[in-house]
Amino acid sequence: MKIVAVCGMGIGTSVLLKMNAEKVLAKLGIDADVEAADMGVARGAAQTAEIVLTSEELAEELGDVPAQVIVIKNFFDLEEITEKLTAAVE
Amino acid sequence: MALNLAEALSSIETQAEAADWRAAIRLAGAGLVAGGATTDAYTDEMIAAVEKHGPYMVIAPGIALAHSRPSPAVLTGGLSWVSLATPVEFGNAANDPVTLVIGLAATDHEAHLQVMQALAGVLSDSAAMKRLAVAATADEVRAVLGELAAAA
Repeated sequence: MKIVAVCGMGIGTSVLLKMNAEKVLAKLGIDADVEAADMGVARGAAQTAEIVLTSEELAEELGDVPAQVIVIKNFFDLEEITEKLTAAVE
Repeated sequence: MALNLAEALSSIETQAEAADWRAAIRLAGAGLVAGGATTDAYTDEMIAAVEKHGPYMVIAPGIALAHSRPSPAVLTGGLSWVSLATPVEFGNAANDPVTLVIGLAATDHEAHLQVMQALAGVLSDSAAMKRLAVAATADEVRAVLGELAAAA
C-alpha cells in the first residue's frame, strides 16, 4: 500500500507525520510505503497512492484526488492516527 | 542513547512575549539567525509559508513547527526553540493557542532526519512537554532534553 504524508514544504510537518504513521502501521502489522511530500509533489503522488495523510488546511488546498484523504489534527496523537488509518484500510 | 535535541538547537528562548503569530515566528527566526543557521530572509519565508498554506504548522495542541523550504537563506540548517509566556493564536481551530514555537531550517530533504526523529520523540512525550512548557530558563530546557536523550 502506498501512503503519502503531505505538508506545504515537504521538510517538517510531513516528515513528522510519516514517522508517526510508520510507527502506527508497524503496530497494526500493515505493510505500507509512506512517502513525505510537499504540496507540488503530492498532487502527482496522490494520483497513485491509496491514502493521503495531511492537515485540515492542506486537505482543502490539495483538492480532489483519487486517494482517500485522511485529515490528522494532532500529529503526535498516535491513537488518532491509529483510529483513522484503521478505519481507512478496512 | 538517542540524539540529544539540546545539541541540535541553535538557540533556546523561554517565556518570551509575542503580540501575534507573526511576532512569534519572528522570534523563532531570530533564533535561527543568531545560531548562524539562516539569514533574515528565511524568517520572512516562514511567515510567507503560513500566509500561503494557512496555520497547518500548528501540528499538535500548543505546538507550532515554523519552517519553510530549503533555500539560499538557509546557511547550515538548524532548529530554534521559543516558549511563550502568553499563548498566541495562529488561527488553527484544533490546536490553538500556541505556547511553543520550534523554528526549523534544512538544507535538503534528507539531512535533518536524525534531528526530526529526536524532535518527534520529545514532542510526543506529553509528560516531558509539560515540564518544557513551564521551564523558565534555557538551562532548564537543556536539562530536560538531556534527561530524555539519556533515557531514550
